[in-house]
Amino acid sequence: MSAPETPATDSKAEFAIDGHGDISVGVSGAGASGDGSASATRITPGNALRPEDIALEIRRGQVSPSQDAAELALRIGDDALILAQRLGHWISRAPELEEDVALGNIALDQLGHARSFLTYAGAAWGKSEDDLAYFRREPEFRSAHLFEQPNGDFAVTIARQFVVSYYQFELYRRLTESTDATIAAISAKAVKEVDYHRDHSAQWVLRLAGGTEESRARMIQGFHLVWPYVDELFEDDELTARLAASGAAVEPSSLRADFDRLTGEVLVEAGLEIPNVPQALGGGRRGKHSEFLGYILAEMQVLAREHPGASW
Amino acid sequence: MNTPEAPRHEETPWSLWEVFVRSSRGLSHVHAGSLHAPDAAMALRNARDLYTRRNEGVSIWVVPAEAISSSDPDSKGSFFESPQGKDYRHATYYTKSEGVKHL
Repeated sequence: MSAPETPATDSKAEFAIDGHGDISVGVSGAGASGDGSASATRITPGNALRPEDIALEIRRGQVSPSQDAAELALRIGDDALILAQRLGHWISRAPELEEDVALGNIALDQLGHARSFLTYAGAAWGKSEDDLAYFRREPEFRSAHLFEQPNGDFAVTIARQFVVSYYQFELYRRLTESTDATIAAISAKAVKEVDYHRDHSAQWVLRLAGGTEESRARMIQGFHLVWPYVDELFEDDELTARLAASGAAVEPSSLRADFDRLTGEVLVEAGLEIPNVPQALGGGRRGKHSEFLGYILAEMQVLAREHPGASW
Repeated sequence: MNTPEAPRHEETPWSLWEVFVRSSRGLSHVHAGSLHAPDAAMALRNARDLYTRRNEGVSIWVVPAEAISSSDPDSKGSFFESPQGKDYRHATYYTKSEGVKHL
């Protein structure tokens, strides 16, 4: 992000992530034809809002988040970033190649949302998305515990994704009406993608629950492991109270009824019950994380910290 | 096949589906490729992920590969080349009649 006014699709060696959570393998500047259109998989951004657009608006002074909006964007962005890192681990490990691609696409969608929210959040502190992603320590992350939970087997990942995408759908749906125009715009783009994530995970919940004895047992176990982290998603605090009062966001607790109703419909169809498990302590929004986040950050941040200023 | 246990995953792979994508209204569905999926609903979703990620389509069909009967590539000669030498099957073979203007 250090080259001002340069379209990110130009000849940098990179995995560029487009607005549809798509991978386009770029070609390195040296030796590559300077024209980015040389790639058959060139990004067609269309009208979708990209993190690069937000960064440009920030540089031009056209948008600037309030401190509270930045804190909110940091929470949402961190959720998506950590989940993207978790899901990326599935690539080459899913049950079939097709599922590699499906989970990879969802991971990239999440990464795209994270980039936009972190770019916007960073404007409040003069930091880039990369500064926030790669140069913060564990207690500075604001993600909820669910997002950092281990992948487990495929059913555990599906259980986690099911809860996440129904939660994110309600969140983004409501944030499209945020008085903060940038948060509303990012959410409007994200909600369509998350709607597909809901469908993907719901389809799998139905199939695993209605499949073999083994797959059903694993699906039940998956929900058993994931459900202790549900309550944290819907916790209100002083920040969300202020944001709700200003119309910039809604209280997380206000999303719960719709979440319960819609996930409940799928669980009923799958013949599953909500696990009767105690809720975990939570604390991610205050920087108190489970033992799992540190390992994710170590892996995610090692390159950036080893080679500060490197671009990719 | 001498194991008494339930079939392992590797032995019962997902079935093969052929994917047809219509790129825009008014055009026909064109074969885009194939994929594996456990059933038709998931095949459609996998097709969406694999073949329409860059705005390629407005509609997708998936068809079980086994439902498609195809011509034998080895008998291409007799199957497709027999019209050769049968020029009279083309309109250009015929000379235009006098007085016919807009043919």
